[in-house]
Amino acid sequence: MWIYIGKRLIATVPILLGLSVIVFGMMALIPGDPATAILGSYATPENVERLNSQLGLDKPLVEQYFIWLGNLLQGDMGRSYALNRPVADEVFERFGATLVLAGASLILCSIFGLIAGIAAAVRQFGWTDRIVTFLVLIGISTPSFWLGLLLIMLFAVELQWLPASGMFAIYGGGGPLDLLRHLAMPAVTLAVVATAVIARLTRAAMLEVLRQDYIRTARAKGVSERRVIYRHAFKAALVSVIPVIGIQAGFVLGGAVYIETVFQWPGIGRMLVNAISTRDLLLVQGGVLVVAASYVFFNLIADVAQTIVDPRLR
Amino acid sequence: MVALPFTAGKAADRGGRPSPFQLLIANRLSAAGLAILALIVTLAFLTPILPLPDPDITDPARRLLTPGADGHLLGTDHLGRDLLSRLLWGTRVSIVVGLSATLIAAIVGSLIGLTAGYAGGRTDSVLMRGIDLVMAFPYILLALGIVAVLGPGLLNALYAIAVVNIPFFARNIRGMTLGLSRREFVDAARLSGASHPAILFGDVLPNVLPTIVVTMSTTVGWMILETAGLSFLGLGAQPPQADLGSMLGEGRKLLFTAPHVSVIPGLMIFVLVMSINLVGDGIRDVLDPRLKSGALAAPGAATAVKRETVPEKPATGAVLSVEGLSTRFQTGSRVYKAVGGVDLDLAPGERVGLVGESGSGKSVTALSLLRLVPTPPGTITAGRVTIGGEDQLGASVEDLRRLRGGQVAYVFQDPLTTLHPLFTVGQQIVEALQAHQPLSRRQAEARAIELLERVQIPSAKARFEAYPHELSGGMRQRVCIAMALANDPELIIADEPTTALDVTVQAQVLKLMRGLSEAQGSAVLFITHDFGVVSELCDRVAVMYAGRIVEIGPTQDVLDTPAHPYTRKLIDCVPVLGQPERRLDAIEGLPPPVDRLPPGCAFAERCPIAEPRCRESEISLNGLSAGRAVRCIKPHGVAS
Repeated sequence: MWIYIGKRLIATVPILLGLSVIVFGMMALIPGDPATAILGSYATPENVERLNSQLGLDKPLVEQYFIWLGNLLQGDMGRSYALNRPVADEVFERFGATLVLAGASLILCSIFGLIAGIAAAVRQFGWTDRIVTFLVLIGISTPSFWLGLLLIMLFAVELQWLPASGMFAIYGGGGPLDLLRHLAMPAVTLAVVATAVIARLTRAAMLEVLRQDYIRTARAKGVSERRVIYRHAFKAALVSVIPVIGIQAGFVLGGAVYIETVFQWPGIGRMLVNAISTRDLLLVQGGVLVVAASYVFFNLIADVAQTIVDPRLR
Repeated sequence: MVALPFTAGKAADRGGRPSPFQLLIANRLSAAGLAILALIVTLAFLTPILPLPDPDITDPARRLLTPGADGHLLGTDHLGRDLLSRLLWGTRVSIVVGLSATLIAAIVGSLIGLTAGYAGGRTDSVLMRGIDLVMAFPYILLALGIVAVLGPGLLNALYAIAVVNIPFFARNIRGMTLGLSRREFVDAARLSGASHPAILFGDVLPNVLPTIVVTMSTTVGWMILETAGLSFLGLGAQPPQADLGSMLGEGRKLLFTAPHVSVIPGLMIFVLVMSINLVGDGIRDVLDPRLKSGALAAPGAATAVKRETVPEKPATGAVLSVEGLSTRFQTGSRVYKAVGGVDLDLAPGERVGLVGESGSGKSVTALSLLRLVPTPPGTITAGRVTIGGEDQLGASVEDLRRLRGGQVAYVFQDPLTTLHPLFTVGQQIVEALQAHQPLSRRQAEARAIELLERVQIPSAKARFEAYPHELSGGMRQRVCIAMALANDPELIIADEPTTALDVTVQAQVLKLMRGLSEAQGSAVLFITHDFGVVSELCDRVAVMYAGRIVEIGPTQDVLDTPAHPYTRKLIDCVPVLGQPERRLDAIEGLPPPVDRLPPGCAFAERCPIAEPRCRESEISLNGLSAGRAVRCIKPHGVAS
């Protein structure tokens, strides 16, 4: 098992390098002079020239990449001129908030998606199944940014149960209860689409598994129906559902962009949107890179979890 | 639309398959989605000629009017612009942008997929590594990165969404192409000297087109949603141009004062995307039914029983007593009478073989005894199965559970698929024990190892921790037998337990089963198609054909003097060691389909001695001599 994890860890290195090439390449593709793009059109010529040599833009592209990569590995992602602080500091501070939001959503969508999918499969063609199928359809068709607004109107404006925004820092502040109050609506909103996708695939996987011979064997040896469903069928279905949950990690990390904007959550998504508007491209670069790298690790976790469940993959 | 009833009638006359469009309409949800989508698209298409105010004319005096206001059906926004007009114009933009993004992604992705799949080798691996890399990014994040590079704007948002969707097309199409380019018709085209592009677009593309359409129909809703999302963030449509997303984004600032300004465009996105998803699911189900998830029914805990009458309780001391058992499968309008009235008794400790070709109903008979036939499509329609004095077709699920693996145990055909792949064999045996006996974990484990030793598995303790895939076929079947023996059953039902094994292993497993049954005194119902196996193991044999027993009697008697012509043919099929000159006759013809059984003898069509009266009416199972019976009016060796 540990050997397997080690191998998988090593296999992430080329993926991470590939990501860095793409992210670096994007900056190189920006039309016009990058320094002007970074500093904005009101930059003085001296500043532009200084930045050009600072960034090593007078060197060949390949060399630039390796210099950039070397800095990156030392935790140096450059400096945000709009915020006047190192990109790495800003990105990691924001990333913590996004991770809390995305993690909460991922937990929610896994739990509810699995429960709904199993319930629908067990009562195939029954009312539970129809209701779940219908909710799944609504879930995958709802724009999350709109749903967030509707929830704010209901729970913050009408009922005044939960705050619409006002989350400033993850650590300190109002303590865990306050964090939960602020987290509830954004996490639920972000989880809706992923829950629907997981429910749909869990249902399909369960139905597929329930037709297998080994389920008949379990019934033939007198195992209770509960155990047949929740132990035999569910474990087998999990093998195909786990990678789907891994993919949902990507959708949740990306979807956080909308949710953080709607609920004013101080995460990396909102930072990215602002950075794009202000053309703070080093900040965009750092943010995209960190979130993409974290997605690679979410997928790694999913792979390992799948291997733990399925001994045939070892 | 007017022509629809006519074409539907024609399809029914032909008895053929309905057209894809009819199938789509037949799915009620898809039809509803199609109707809504058609309405929205028509409205969006007609927007320029509808009597609507200009969407960009501001009127500060009439700002933030609520829906229903005079002259403004949906009210006005913060600049006094008419919301209905803006909504329809915005919908137009959103649909066009979403469709364009889908088309770009489809064309580029399909080209990549076609090239990679057709060229193979290095081209394939380079292209697909690139695609993998794009997929390594969280979807929306990559779109954001692209917009960051290109700068905000509707067209750039469109490109970004198209790019991040390319992998879905590339992967699907590549998989299809890879399979197709190894096929004969592609080889033929290549040999005839056609150029690569000609083959790719002339021969391969038409075959992958349905996949492209399915992928498009299932992603277009998503792309509309995502482009709207980028506009919502202010990275897509820039004022004064507006799509549904940017309307929502502007309305958000007025959430507390004028919620309708943001609710209405959001609702439009929702309805539009939902109708597209409904249609998309329908198209997928029609064009690619294999992808239809969960369409096939999963069986429940026990076969459904629908009997009109229940036969009387038999007065025998048998372990198993079957009377008039009938099991049917229903798919669509077809009814397959898999088992058509089987009577069978097993005395304690007796070993009976149930023999027949595949499709004769022997396995369904075996599974029906403890209601393990999947429902749907299976239903037990008549008869009585008496085990332990009770009618098991009327038993509760809990009573049935106690019986299964307790008094009656099963051993199935293929031990690779019948053992759970994700549990160790030890866990699976322990589970069988604990389902029927109040044993602690440790006691059960000790007993499981004992059982593994009893079925002669070497180093049983170590094998206890093994997963099924780590064992050989013969070992796996021994595990299944150990599991069946767990609770000292009175009856073991073995459904072709040696068919999937090597010949040498078969002999070992048979010997083991015989020894265990003798030592333990368990009765065995042994289902097989092999008379050789029956002669090794069984005291009596019953021969099944087309869902019925056609001959039954002591094994040696039946082997020596088979009375039914079908039995004779079956016995002739068995090769005998040391008689190489013996002619092996295959039985000509096929068994009748069990959804269209003839009125008389089901074997008449293949029978060498059939007469017209064989085909006239039902033939009953008649006694021949002590313990023997045959379903034939001209039984062999008996003067008629």
